[in-house]
Amino acid sequence: MNAIKFLFAAYIATWLIHAFYLGTLVRRFSRLRRELKEIGKK
Amino acid sequence: MKWLFPILSILTAILLAYALYQALVVAPTDALQGDVYRIIYYHVPSAWTAFLLFFINFVASIEYLVGAKPSARSAAKWIVIAIGVIGVIATFIPAVQQMLPNGMRPTAVATTILLIPTSYFLIGKLFPGQRLDVLAVTTAEVGVVFCTIVLVTGPIWARPVWGVWWAPGDIRLTSTLVLWLIYVSYLMLRRFSSGSQTQVLAAALAVFGALDVPLVYFSIWFFRTQHPQPVIGGGGSMDPRMLHTLLISWMAFLLFAFLVCRSRFRLELLAREVEEAHAMASLAGSPAATSLPLHRSPK
Amino acid sequence: MKSLWRVTLTTLKKDIRLEWRSKDALNAMLFFSLLVVVIFAFSFDPLSEESRHIVGGLIWVAFLFAAIVALNQTWARELRNQVLDAYRVSPAPANALFLAKALGNFLFVSVLEALMTPLFVVFYNLHVLGPAWQLIPIGLLGTWALVVNGTFFAAMSVRTRSREIMLPLLLFPISIPAVLGMVAGTTAILTGEDSARFYIVLLLTYDVVFTTACLALFETVLHAE
Repeated sequence: MNAIKFLFAAYIATWLIHAFYLGTLVRRFSRLRRELKEIGKK
Repeated sequence: MKWLFPILSILTAILLAYALYQALVVAPTDALQGDVYRIIYYHVPSAWTAFLLFFINFVASIEYLVGAKPSARSAAKWIVIAIGVIGVIATFIPAVQQMLPNGMRPTAVATTILLIPTSYFLIGKLFPGQRLDVLAVTTAEVGVVFCTIVLVTGPIWARPVWGVWWAPGDIRLTSTLVLWLIYVSYLMLRRFSSGSQTQVLAAALAVFGALDVPLVYFSIWFFRTQHPQPVIGGGGSMDPRMLHTLLISWMAFLLFAFLVCRSRFRLELLAREVEEAHAMASLAGSPAATSLPLHRSPK
Repeated sequence: MKSLWRVTLTTLKKDIRLEWRSKDALNAMLFFSLLVVVIFAFSFDPLSEESRHIVGGLIWVAFLFAAIVALNQTWARELRNQVLDAYRVSPAPANALFLAKALGNFLFVSVLEALMTPLFVVFYNLHVLGPAWQLIPIGLLGTWALVVNGTFFAAMSVRTRSREIMLPLLLFPISIPAVLGMVAGTTAILTGEDSARFYIVLLLTYDVVFTTACLALFETVLHAE
């Protein structure tokens, strides 16, 4: 049914948005930890 | 305590999977809309979560603003207590009870009103000083994520059911859009300003946003009575099995939101630690640094 | 209270005098307002029957653009000469500074609107089908709604990066209920199809709420370090 496409689109869109945000969190975490290590070395 | 986070994550994943199963399989098919209505099990819990997060941001912002001045802080404390007391008493007055929408029990309203002073004091206790501001930025960011999901799933739901992606008179979706805009501007303000003024300015903006929301609601409500529009998301009573599934879905997303906020909170604390380390490191280069205790002790 | 008004009026008179002496900014903004009206006249066919329904929106969008241009340079002069720092340490009430700025902006934007309105009437062959006198409270309340928050947010954005773009980013979301009131009210009066009474009350409520909020929080924002 055509309408079911929208149902799956909504569910997939939700998880894509969450995944994207969690990805930015992971990226920011690793960048900060790296920075902290570099400052510690100096 | 280190094992708590992974265990909660697994629990959340299980709960989310269970909620998905409930939403797609167990919940009955809607008579009018068919199976597309199941979008509601992602759309509405995301909205409730976003509103809760923005509410926490609002409380944290107020507490941050009044934190500096003891007179303002005690005034705010008494105002919040007054809201709680008057609000609860009001729900027992028949005149007020008549004004409530159908189906809303006065005790439910009283409990919700009690949440205001409760959250005010809880947040003040759990997040002292700077942590209020960390809480503010956390809830704003995660709130925007959930709010984005509401604004994406809303039109996706509207299109097959009503034939339009967007109806300007749809009071709920339009109010949510304005709330999203306000908090995106909040995040931009935080990004574009520097120093400790960021926190005060952002808190002031959050207060303005909170004052704006009821006005937005009213303006669109009246506009809608003049220009009738389709209502997306339906209204009125709900099949108890659907309500049951909705609540399960909300619990799952709430737990998920809690974990995401916890991560973001940790991230912000780490960011501030790095900033401080930078500042200390640059001080170490200056001649006056000889008297500063600059060696970081292992934690 | 008396000293509040005295400081406000003094600051306001100083601002007006300064603006009048350097008429460049004034002239540039007047010309900008004219250009906006002309561009709209080319973009939205004035002769169509539907134009009466959209002119309300067009007029206020044009006013909004003009207001942003005016508001952006509200604090520029103060920032250049470190006047803000002087204000922070002086015993003058911070709200006097805010009121002076807001009133000055209100006068200035009202002048721009008074000049743009006849142009709209000309280009769009407007005649008002509803009670025309109601346009006055809508104009006054709507302009104050934009200016009071605009002055406050301009003060907020003056110490951020990209401060010119920061002002509309902050102002537009918060102004949405007011804009809805202005546009719907103006359209109701122009077309004569609805009563604008609710929108006037909405704008009045908006103005009271946000004027109070601005006065309550301006000092905090001024001293934010």
